[in-house]
Amino acid sequence: MSAGTVTVSAAGLAESASPVLELTEVTKVYPGTPPVHALRDVSVRVQAGELVAILGPSGSGKTTLLHLAGTLDRATSGQVLVTGLDVARLSDRQLAGLRASSVGFVFQQFFLAEHETVLDNVADAMLYAGVSQATRRAIAAEALARVRLGHKLTARPTQLSGGERQRVAIARAVAGSPAIVLADEPTGNLDQHTGAAILDLLEELNRLGTTIVVVTHDQAVAGRMRREVRMLDGRIVSDAASQPAPSAAAAAAAASPVAPHPWDGEPR
Amino acid sequence: MIAISPQSRSAAARLRPADLARLAAVGLRTRKLRAALSALGIAIGVGAIVAVLGLSSSSAAGLNAEIAALGTNLLTVQAGQSFTGATAELPLAAPGMIARLPGVYEVQTTAQTSVNVYRSPVIPSVNTNALTVDASTLNLPAASGTSVAQGEYLNAATANEPDCVLGAAAAQLLGIDKIFPGERVWAGNTWLYVVGILKPDVLSPDVDSSVLVGYPFADKYLGLNGYPTTIYVKAVDSQVNRVYNLLAAQSNPENPSEVDVSQPSSALVAQADAKSAFNTLFLGLGAVALLVGAIGVANIMVISVLERRSEIGLRRALGATRAHIRIQFLSEAILLAVIGGAAGVLAGSLATAIYAHGRGWQTVIPAQAWAGGIAAALVIGAIAGLWPALRAARMSPTQALWTI
Repeated sequence: MSAGTVTVSAAGLAESASPVLELTEVTKVYPGTPPVHALRDVSVRVQAGELVAILGPSGSGKTTLLHLAGTLDRATSGQVLVTGLDVARLSDRQLAGLRASSVGFVFQQFFLAEHETVLDNVADAMLYAGVSQATRRAIAAEALARVRLGHKLTARPTQLSGGERQRVAIARAVAGSPAIVLADEPTGNLDQHTGAAILDLLEELNRLGTTIVVVTHDQAVAGRMRREVRMLDGRIVSDAASQPAPSAAAAAAAASPVAPHPWDGEPR
Repeated sequence: MIAISPQSRSAAARLRPADLARLAAVGLRTRKLRAALSALGIAIGVGAIVAVLGLSSSSAAGLNAEIAALGTNLLTVQAGQSFTGATAELPLAAPGMIARLPGVYEVQTTAQTSVNVYRSPVIPSVNTNALTVDASTLNLPAASGTSVAQGEYLNAATANEPDCVLGAAAAQLLGIDKIFPGERVWAGNTWLYVVGILKPDVLSPDVDSSVLVGYPFADKYLGLNGYPTTIYVKAVDSQVNRVYNLLAAQSNPENPSEVDVSQPSSALVAQADAKSAFNTLFLGLGAVALLVGAIGVANIMVISVLERRSEIGLRRALGATRAHIRIQFLSEAILLAVIGGAAGVLAGSLATAIYAHGRGWQTVIPAQAWAGGIAAALVIGAIAGLWPALRAARMSPTQALWTI
């Protein structure tokens, strides 16, 4: 693959598509003494098909931004549009419906149910979408095949490695074909090599059309995305196409080559 | 690729009932021992209540079966009180009059003497044990509802002799459980030779505590005045009510109000249906166990909600509404309690069956006992689970997901 052509095609998508996520002058204040201003007048748009990194140190407001984008929380002021719908105008029930159909989450801690099979963990993504169990399992099997875990459908999460668990979580996030996938430090609990494989997977899913936002504090991770939104103290300080990773991260990336992917050689 | 239909995409989040049932079992499947222990409290409470109700119903059924076997066609006539309050007497002609009633096929009488009975002459005369000698007609056991346990009953020959038959209670009080040749008891101024012992008489306890001799002997040696004390009347089943209504007038046409007519089986039926004080006590204990069980379920659910914060957060992120979380935890509490209740019903029924079998009773578990037990468990689960479920639903998804 050539990085140039990918960038062009992503840019082309961004030009034509409507924004999946649109935050306009959003402020979030957590009440307390003193009140915490987690976000101050943040405006950001994510178009369909984009692969965006939100980069910042801890306390910069990036996780709060993810909560608001995922409709898990409401903004103190400003407007949040998800798939064109104004979050402030939707009831709790409607927001849950929006999350069920349009938003996928990937967490640092995976959050897989240990007592359920890999297949059912992924199938649960559509539990609240009113889909029958048979259909859910069929979709889940497809999603697991996409993350190359089609051979581990009946395994329990406890029998999987960390990287495999995160791939299950990613399958769960993309199974319902959401408009946007929000990933919170998806490589935070993984070693560098496994983390790189996960990022490869996210890139590949993005190429297949999934809009992905990755929140991270890791410059090396952000460097793998096509767009990088830097945050500091609740404000966006820069929003541009990704910079090449700093030398240390570049060296690390070189040490763990992107291709061949660790899971490319696995039997299917 | 399989796609979710646009309809379901636009609709608000919803959960299928089958999926809810599966979700309700999640907590119980993953923590089996804990679920079993907390259901145990409910099981003990429901089990105690079912067993108490089952045992009292089974014993009533057993007594009713006994009554049915003895028949409900025995009627007794006794002297009542006169207008002035003095004890009345039944006319000498009463038995003969009663025998003429259509439908009556057996009339037997006893007449009480004033003679007391003792084991031997050396027993102080005040230790009567409330035992008296009664004169009896010759076919009394069949009429009063008993039969001879040992020896034989009085006959035309022994009725003239100092021979007696002991009622079951009288035999026990006199310390005689076996008839040896020459076995005798002391009746004031003469010996009575024991020729038979009766089986316990369920319908006529009076017979139980009597020492029975023949009328001719009693007339001659014990100063019997001849008036019958109790008349045992057997009527054909279809005529029992009619005979019952006629007995007083037929026995004593002059003063029908001085005659007491009763049907012993109906008193026993009433006794069978009566609830004992122990029942109330054990029902109370069962209720306390249920209360403790309910607190146990509530406690487990509170802990469960705290432990499963990340699961709650994940479910909210996957699109669960507050109502979905609430109903999931509420269903789990109800399921837990109902499982406990069902186990309790089983245990209580089993205990009842074993005890009833041992006593030869029919096992009866009243519908209100088992249905009530399950229903009580359901209500308890709902009440115990309500607050934890509300707490789980109130939890904000961000709090649930990110504060571990």
